[in-house]
Amino acid sequence: MTTTQPPSQLPGFEVEPGSLNPLADARLAVELDTGDMILNMGPQHPATHGTLRLVVRLDGERVIAADPVIGYMHRGYEKLTEFRTYPQITTLINRIDWLSSFANEVPFIHAAEQLMGIEAPQRAQHIRTLLTELSRIATIYLFLGEMGLQVGALTPAFWGFRDREHVLNLIEGATGGRFHPNFNRIGGVKDDLPWGWIVECRAAMKRILDGCDDFEDVLVGNEIFQARTRGVGIIPAELGAAYGVSGANLRASGVDWDLRRDGKPYLSYNELDFKVWTHQDGDSFARYWVRLQETRESVRMVLQLLDGLASGPVMAKVPRIIKVPAGEVWVETENPLGQMGYYVVSKGAIGPFRVKIRSASFSNVSILPWLLRGLYVPDVVTVLGSLYFILGDIDR
Amino acid sequence: MSVLATLALDIGWGSTLAIKTILVLAIIPFGALVLGYTFLLKMMSHMQSRLGPMDPGGFHGWFQLVGDGLKFLQKEDIMPAEADRRVFAMAPAVIVMSTFLIFLVIPAGPRTIVEDLDVGVFYALAVSSLSVIGVLMAGWASSNKFALLGALRAAGQLIAYELPLLLAVVGVVIQAGTMSLQGIVTAQQDGSIFGITAIGNPFIFTQFIGFALFLVAAQAELTQPPFDMPVAESELISGYMVEYSGFRFLFFFIGEFGTAFAFAALAATLFLGGWAIPGVHGATAELLGPIVLFVKLMAIAFLMFWVRFTYPRLREDQLQSLAWKVLIPIGLINIVATGILKVAVG
Repeated sequence: MTTTQPPSQLPGFEVEPGSLNPLADARLAVELDTGDMILNMGPQHPATHGTLRLVVRLDGERVIAADPVIGYMHRGYEKLTEFRTYPQITTLINRIDWLSSFANEVPFIHAAEQLMGIEAPQRAQHIRTLLTELSRIATIYLFLGEMGLQVGALTPAFWGFRDREHVLNLIEGATGGRFHPNFNRIGGVKDDLPWGWIVECRAAMKRILDGCDDFEDVLVGNEIFQARTRGVGIIPAELGAAYGVSGANLRASGVDWDLRRDGKPYLSYNELDFKVWTHQDGDSFARYWVRLQETRESVRMVLQLLDGLASGPVMAKVPRIIKVPAGEVWVETENPLGQMGYYVVSKGAIGPFRVKIRSASFSNVSILPWLLRGLYVPDVVTVLGSLYFILGDIDR
Repeated sequence: MSVLATLALDIGWGSTLAIKTILVLAIIPFGALVLGYTFLLKMMSHMQSRLGPMDPGGFHGWFQLVGDGLKFLQKEDIMPAEADRRVFAMAPAVIVMSTFLIFLVIPAGPRTIVEDLDVGVFYALAVSSLSVIGVLMAGWASSNKFALLGALRAAGQLIAYELPLLLAVVGVVIQAGTMSLQGIVTAQQDGSIFGITAIGNPFIFTQFIGFALFLVAAQAELTQPPFDMPVAESELISGYMVEYSGFRFLFFFIGEFGTAFAFAALAATLFLGGWAIPGVHGATAELLGPIVLFVKLMAIAFLMFWVRFTYPRLREDQLQSLAWKVLIPIGLINIVATGILKVAVG
């Protein structure tokens, strides 16, 4: 995010609370002649979840300026989609946010379906919703454990991996792919759910709920965890919205906005009863807490869907060769990491003319230069962890 | 054991010194292996629902750590081009040396002690802080910013934590009336609680505040979570040892776990009565001493590693305020209370 503007002209920089007094800083520098240190965090730093690079200017351990450098994993998906047919593209977009691949497929498939005027059968919609929520649980559950790792507790991280495995098994059982299901088809889903899946799903959801209680005990209730996360990396609601921060990161700042409820209706969310959790604090702790509640809420949604799963076919009638009529459509969904959208332009061919991908993490990390100023190095890691981005979702 | 000691006395001063040196040098890797196997490989795996290595050696993978050690021996010894080569090479040795020096004064039996110094406790705590010199050397010589940050954190941590560590021990010293570790053990062995001599008088009952302080401060001294900021894997990658590989890294590992072994032994000696069983003296005590000490030491090490695997890490400034605002006042109050009670009760 090497911005062309100087950082001081970006919104919010002039009102930063608790900022260092530049004059006092200058005086100190003259007296002690302490030069700043430039620290490269990443692209191989463990806290950056992959290949995000943070160029951090430090005074001691205090961050004076932080500049995220992205692009180390740019794969050119927007361009690649122009050379693929519609059914082929789901393979690519699976790999944007690789932890919740299924949720990535949904908005794109919806866009194609809307352009073609096809409606997937109700059972297919239910299965899609189920798998979307499962991938949300798989993604966020990993975060719940990994946040422990960011603040130094190793054990919750392994619990996160352990219990996520149950959910991945479910996704694999239904779709055949653990990470990249590629299960959505234009007009429905590839297969029906396998026999016995629903029973296993209920058992796994029980495990996830138990695991959430464990996290509540080990991390949320821990004084050290609270000392490390409360009041660290506060995102004011308006500023967060101005930077395009979305999802749980924005809800943790008190913005009651969830595309599943507030957006254009998609999948079967209008049939479900769920609560959108918010927190007033906007700090790292709030982001953790909101995600913890959202995982429980997702489990509730999955159980509701299992109870009321519609019968019928899982595939609408679609032509053998899929040609999408000319037109443009914008579809956005609430993905585990935040708002994800596809702007699809079709000229009536077998592949799109242009696809613009709006991924959540890209906007979420754009607030980092503002957010990290004045924090200590350990807090940088806490904030990076609590924003929860996936590198594939930033670079695409 | 007493036979060995008699034998050693017969074969002269130089040979005795050699035997003692070799014995202590053998204890450090032994302690590191035992703690590493029991807690790092088994207990941690159990807590984290991991299997841990189970194959090497047949029984529960006991050979794994030895295998890991052998692996480190084969690794290339990498030294950064910009490194201060001599200091870089010496740093791991300084750390292991400080561990070595602690073991000199820890008694494992009535006569099984290398040197029964009159100021044993303070000697042990003083030499234990030598390791921070090694850490600073490693951090500075690595010419790596992460290593430097880690080393400076370690130095700041040492200043904050040496004081509570000492204050925690002062209560024990007041109660025992001696600083010699052997004297402290004897005081606990021969002591009594309200006239009952069955379990002697382990100072943990009267000095429980000191015991808690000692464990917290030792945790910081050993750079274990919740005070592992100098290492801080998620922030500074591995802090001061980020540039070390192969045998030199193994030295850091042995130093870390060997010091944990030493501190557990120290805590067992100060608060749980060390090697002593009340009423057991002479040759039996010589034989049982090391075993008794080992059992007590493992119990304390269990506590230390339990905390290590459970808690998140504090921030450096939070550690400083915890040390100066909480631990040191508590330690001072404990000393005053112990002194008053000592004079009042006798």
